[in-house]
Amino acid sequence: MELLAIFISAILINNFVLHYFLGICPFLGVSKKIDSAISMGLAVTFVMAITAVVSWVINHWILIPYGLDYLQIVSFILVIASLVQLVEMFIRKISPPLYQALGIYLPLITTNCAIMGLALLAALKNYNFLETVIFGVGSGIGFTLAIVLMAGIREQLDLADVPEPLKGAGISLIVAGIMALAFLGFSGMIK
Amino acid sequence: MPVKTRGEEFAKGLWKENPIFRQLLGMCPTLAVTNAVINGLAMGLATTFVLVLSSLVVSSIKKLIPSQVRIASYIVIIATFVTVADRFLAAFFPPISKNLGPYVPLIVVNCIILGRQEAFSSKNTVGRSLIDALGMSSGFVIALLVLSSIREILGSGTLLGYQVLGTWFEPWIIMMLPPGAFIALGVLIGLANKVEQKSSSRR
Repeated sequence: MELLAIFISAILINNFVLHYFLGICPFLGVSKKIDSAISMGLAVTFVMAITAVVSWVINHWILIPYGLDYLQIVSFILVIASLVQLVEMFIRKISPPLYQALGIYLPLITTNCAIMGLALLAALKNYNFLETVIFGVGSGIGFTLAIVLMAGIREQLDLADVPEPLKGAGISLIVAGIMALAFLGFSGMIK
Repeated sequence: MPVKTRGEEFAKGLWKENPIFRQLLGMCPTLAVTNAVINGLAMGLATTFVLVLSSLVVSSIKKLIPSQVRIASYIVIIATFVTVADRFLAAFFPPISKNLGPYVPLIVVNCIILGRQEAFSSKNTVGRSLIDALGMSSGFVIALLVLSSIREILGSGTLLGYQVLGTWFEPWIIMMLPPGAFIALGVLIGLANKVEQKSSSRR
């Protein structure tokens, strides 16, 4: 029950993009077309799930036992950077079609604050191993949901009559605001 | 491209290449911590500290860093200063550190900082990199202050904790919540584009 609550809340209530403001750069940058948004979402979900596992292991087996928690920031960022490299090489070997589909989105993920945010938030909330994994997968799905919805709206937006200065980032942020407003409706679902 | 004077190097960060309004970098902390001016200011200063010191270090050891591992080296340098800033805030300003939560450690993935190292400090002298870092971070601080003032005034009728709007004012709770951040920044970017269009058509 507890796990289900974490999962649902990571997708809908504490959505990474619309509540924590993490991963705004890809959210604005890669949401022009639905298919690229789906690829980006998949890539992020995949890396998030692995990051959740690895960062938990590092935090609880190395950093905390030896009293090194002040090294959290440095070690998490290094782990994420090398992890993305590894995942990229691994996917290229194992499944070339998937590699093709994810394309340039994989390396971009290193600088995605959502991944770092996931590692830090999971450490901050003191989740146990299973909770961390569920939190990682849920957050990834939440990110995918937000970016795909956004892409759907933006495809329509191309045809709309938007004032010149608001074109691009301006109107996207306002649309994101209205989406965040809609997602606020989910809060209170789980307390 | 003609060589810029020191003044121009500094001033470009304030408006022409303002990281938030013109380059759209570092959006995550911008949206997340601007619900009150004090939080915006703390985030701005912490980012300034990290950006200036990282630029200083990167520009002075740029010849020693092999180009294959430069990004990783920049990240380690940045992460070191972020750790310092995080510990400092936690030790001396616990309430602010608590308000900012995970967003202080997240300075490490702020694209502005890595972007300036890659685009500027790795190619320029120490002096110019310092000026560039100071200009960029001033632009960042100004943008955070503008956004957080708007959100604090409309969202709670106060500025830096002091009541500025009378009791007649019904606070717009929405401005304190995530949607308010997105909408306010969207409108501000629209305004910045409008001003830029006006001034470039006059030229």
